[in-house]
Amino acid sequence: MLSETFYKLWEAGILQRGIWETIYMTFLSTAISYAIGLPLGVVLNITDREGIYPVAWLNRVLGVIVNFFRSIPFIILMVAMLPVAKLVVGTSLGNSAMIVMLVIAASPYIARMVESSLKEVDAGVIEAAQSMGSNNFQIITKVLLPEAKPALIMGAVISMVTILGYSAMSSTIGGTGLGQIAISYGHQRFNPDIKWICVFLTVIIVQIIQEVGTAIAHRTDKRITK
Amino acid sequence: MIELKELCKTYSSSSGDVEALRDINLSIRDGEIFGIIGLSGAGKSTLVRCINLLERPTSGSVIIDGQDITQLPRPELLRMRRTISMIFQGFNLLEQRSVLRNVTFPLEIAGVRKQAAKEKAMALLKVVGLEEKANAYPSQLSGGQKQRVAIARALASDPHYLLCDEATSALDPNTTRSILELLRKINKTLGVTIVVITHEMKVIDQICDRVAVIDQSRIAEMGKVSDVFTNPKSQIARELILPQDRAAIDTTGGKKIRLIFDGMHSQEPIISRMTLDCQAPVNILFADTKDFDGIVYGHMIIELPTDDNQASKILTWLKNSPVKWKEED
Repeated sequence: MLSETFYKLWEAGILQRGIWETIYMTFLSTAISYAIGLPLGVVLNITDREGIYPVAWLNRVLGVIVNFFRSIPFIILMVAMLPVAKLVVGTSLGNSAMIVMLVIAASPYIARMVESSLKEVDAGVIEAAQSMGSNNFQIITKVLLPEAKPALIMGAVISMVTILGYSAMSSTIGGTGLGQIAISYGHQRFNPDIKWICVFLTVIIVQIIQEVGTAIAHRTDKRITK
Repeated sequence: MIELKELCKTYSSSSGDVEALRDINLSIRDGEIFGIIGLSGAGKSTLVRCINLLERPTSGSVIIDGQDITQLPRPELLRMRRTISMIFQGFNLLEQRSVLRNVTFPLEIAGVRKQAAKEKAMALLKVVGLEEKANAYPSQLSGGQKQRVAIARALASDPHYLLCDEATSALDPNTTRSILELLRKINKTLGVTIVVITHEMKVIDQICDRVAVIDQSRIAEMGKVSDVFTNPKSQIARELILPQDRAAIDTTGGKKIRLIFDGMHSQEPIISRMTLDCQAPVNILFADTKDFDGIVYGHMIIELPTDDNQASKILTWLKNSPVKWKEED
């Protein structure tokens, strides 16, 4: 019966649309979140007391903002941020609005992830670059980011999986994708088969993201002797 | 020339101020290899970081080639740093870059064109004997090889000065020797002035011309290595140079005599002649002698026989000989 249901949904094109929408929302949200979270994480790292450009007040202000957004559960943040979505994309419905919500939730998370990845870079290497006369911008672009690359990629994988989870949650207020199919076709119409099919497909997508991401991180890491 | 004038560095923390450097005055001449030795925590690492202002001194001046670099605006300071290279105990190579791209790093920073940078890096890798490792990554190298890459990288910007912060402390004795030889070769052939920070006297006497001994944030003693080595004046220098393990010397109880070789008697088999002349045996408790350009410097502690007659024979022999000596307690 499970395969029958699967076949029917596939024939109707519902699953393909769901998969595509989930992937589209996840990837686009991750990309936009990195555009905000990566620079934010760099600033958090370098303005830290131990960083290459300590600015205590800025670090503190950004830290408080990041913590504020991170401490609100996503489901509440989503509802609270509907007006912001309307302001940014002109509507509080549909996937565009959901992407705004995902970005608001994920950017602070990614900022912390980036900050801690950069913290792993050996202080001695930074000192060596400074002793050669590097300016701070060169240290960021030629030392911090490249040296932290494997950790940054692993962080991106974790962030992407988290965002995928959030995207399913967003179906409660009008987002689409596999989460929405599971809830509206499966849960609300008492069809557990559909629910399980969506869970299964989500697991596969997460596995692929994780495996591919890990492989890329591993391949680019030059610390591993091959 | 590097001149440090009345240099002080104080770290303030919640538990009070810590003086890392107090009133340091020294000048390092062009072309020499200058050693700075001290126990850990003496302030020597802070001192070397004040030379390129990785640490800002609390007061005093750092004068390089006549210019007080503590007064320089930041862009000029960064340019100045290219003439003062540094190598480290932990090598500090960029792990995600190949050996070649580690060596081109300072050239990239300085805006040198890629092809020119690559050619120069290859030439430098040849100097340090690692040209076949150009495309390897640091994780594939041994400690000694990593330090050679770090030296090649340090030389890429054509520095006038090379600061070595415990550069051989993580290496085994053989590798240490070969790295020190490389540094000496660089000093001789390229005329780079080298400042060596270490806690090991053997590093100082293998390559340095002059040495400053740092203790409790100050310079305890400074001078030519051969002078400090044969006649250490400060307590700390004596501790660093003379046998650490006093217990090994506390033996049966014959009188102990320290013989000091200061280059005058190196050709003569003094101990053999003494025992043959006096017909009395001596026990050598400690010996540390070094060859500086064919002349031997160093110390030897001998224990005289417990027999008073034999002992006084040897003392008389020593009094009449040109050897410098004194009784130890």
